[in-house]
Amino acid sequence: MTILGRAARRLRESSSLQGTVLVLPGLLWMVLFLIVPLLLIVVLSLAWRGEYGPVDWGANVRQFFSRLSLDNYVRLIDPLYMGVLITSLRMAALTTVICLIVGYPVAYFLARSASRFRNLLLFLLLIPFWTNFLIRIYAWMLLLRTEGLVNRSLVAIGLIPEPLQIMYTPTAVMIAMVYEFLPFMILPLFTSLEKLDSALLEAASDLYARPGRTFLRVTLPLSLPGVIAGTILVFIPTMGMFVVPDLMGGARTALVGNLVQRQFLAARDWPFGAAASMVLMALTLLATLLYTRVSGFGEELVV
Amino acid sequence: MQADPDGASHIVELRDVSKQFGETLALDHVTLKIRDGEFFSMLGPSGCGKTTSLRLMAGFELPTDGEVVIAGEAQGTRPAFQRPVNTVFQSYALFPHMTVYQNTAFGLEMQHVQKDEIRQRVTQALELVQLPGKENRKPKQLSGGQQQRVALARALVNRPKVLLLDEPLGALDLKLRKAMQLELKALQDRLGLTFVYVTHDQEEALTMSDRIAVMNLGHVLQVGSPAEIYENPANRFVADFIGETNFLVGQIRGREGATARVEVDGLGMWARASGEVPSSGAATVAVRPEKIGLGREKKEGRNAFEGTVELVTYVGKDSDYRVRLSPQAVVRIRVQNQAAGAWTGIDVGDRVWVTWSEEAARVLLD
Repeated sequence: MTILGRAARRLRESSSLQGTVLVLPGLLWMVLFLIVPLLLIVVLSLAWRGEYGPVDWGANVRQFFSRLSLDNYVRLIDPLYMGVLITSLRMAALTTVICLIVGYPVAYFLARSASRFRNLLLFLLLIPFWTNFLIRIYAWMLLLRTEGLVNRSLVAIGLIPEPLQIMYTPTAVMIAMVYEFLPFMILPLFTSLEKLDSALLEAASDLYARPGRTFLRVTLPLSLPGVIAGTILVFIPTMGMFVVPDLMGGARTALVGNLVQRQFLAARDWPFGAAASMVLMALTLLATLLYTRVSGFGEELVV
Repeated sequence: MQADPDGASHIVELRDVSKQFGETLALDHVTLKIRDGEFFSMLGPSGCGKTTSLRLMAGFELPTDGEVVIAGEAQGTRPAFQRPVNTVFQSYALFPHMTVYQNTAFGLEMQHVQKDEIRQRVTQALELVQLPGKENRKPKQLSGGQQQRVALARALVNRPKVLLLDEPLGALDLKLRKAMQLELKALQDRLGLTFVYVTHDQEEALTMSDRIAVMNLGHVLQVGSPAEIYENPANRFVADFIGETNFLVGQIRGREGATARVEVDGLGMWARASGEVPSSGAATVAVRPEKIGLGREKKEGRNAFEGTVELVTYVGKDSDYRVRLSPQAVVRIRVQNQAAGAWTGIDVGDRVWVTWSEEAARVLLD
């Protein structure tokens, strides 16, 4: 029997070997394009900025490694950068909360709508996302500027005496981010609400619960996996978002994403940018962990 | 509550109730009167309107026409959470995120009952359904039978005036279902509570009920005790749906008091006939397979016919015989296998005599 034949036979007989073989391509991909780059960033965040280039590579490898330090992280402990971090956290949290409040009723409506309309409604929800992200942001800029449609209409119907300054404020960033990430909230919510057996709602009503109590005691707890999934899907990308604040927030609304982007592109200080991005990642991870722990994520899925 | 002619008071009434879903008429002017404290079953094939009737009582649906009356009060458009009834759902509909205790306490909590009283009543209810010690389990950690008991406790703990049960045993296996049937009946006797029980299983309805309403296509065809329904089916559908029946189609040739003579493919048969049966015209003679006698010798009686055995089927405690009496008339006969080999003498192709009493047969109009 050839070596190849023997290997093929072993593969047929061992299910654990089959598992290993199946998982190998994905594993390789992750190591190559996630783990290795991540390690590079970690090392980079400990390095020094070069005098003429983004990184001081030193005379040789030994010298490069011997000069690694936590200085970049120490530099981040500065009221200016701390302010940016806190603003980012607040913006991301607020965006998530608004998405949840706006998205829940939409998801509920979708889940309870007649099944023949449901696919059409879901389709309508996703249609705007066929357009390029930047084009949609520019559309918002046109809508929200002082001479834009929103302001002109509001002035025309006499609701406000003069145009509001929405563009280049945190409000504009918030509007665009909520718009951008709303479907990421609605879809997981929809999935968990759709699974909700309507007999449970009838049972609650049969047991003397008014509609409000039924919602708080049955619907909401059972849709919690969707709430948690949606929250994570919205919170994580908004934490690192830099395009929207860049285009719509003006100079006053810098988020961590912008900080990282500027260090890499404008300031050409890769090590400091790497440190900032590590902090962003740690912060996001921490917030997500804290949140899932508090909300008892996983417990609902196990029931 | 209104009194019956026979003195019983009614706890639930459907008065001329219709229910339309889009194009389909699920209930067509149905009137039902359910007595206080009885075990009342609604029996019929799927789509007959039995579940719709139950849902109208619970308040999950509102009638298109007519009135639902519970404990003497017209319910009008009253929602489910304001009605003095509780439901045991077919799928149990236990709250998956709550423990057995929380599920059972839910109704009392919603009615703002004191915490101490809730604890006491929940404990009592779980004892009643023989499920103590499982308070902290989640429904998923229980077997089907145990979930069924929780659903029962969750409804009973509220001390409803009427308990509505929608095919509650449908998901259980046969042995457990039989055991639960007896247990449910015993529970109902003990509590003296009115049970309105929806089922498509005629045997279940016969075993448990004080009275049964047989329904089909949105109509109530007959209401009566299990014996009445089995022995005196009002029409062909009821006779066919409850148990097994031989239908022999023929022409009425005359009446003699409470009996009529029907000619079936040249054979003259005598059978009981109610007042509405005319003395001529088309009719069907209905005889239950177990009420027909089978033998080699001719027996006395007006319903004695000679025929040929076409098929013998052994079904455990009984044997089934198919006997052709004439080119058009065939009867199925069910005979208990009393002693080993008692009937081995009769086999396919044999000439036999079949007999049944006039009392055992009925004339039905379609």
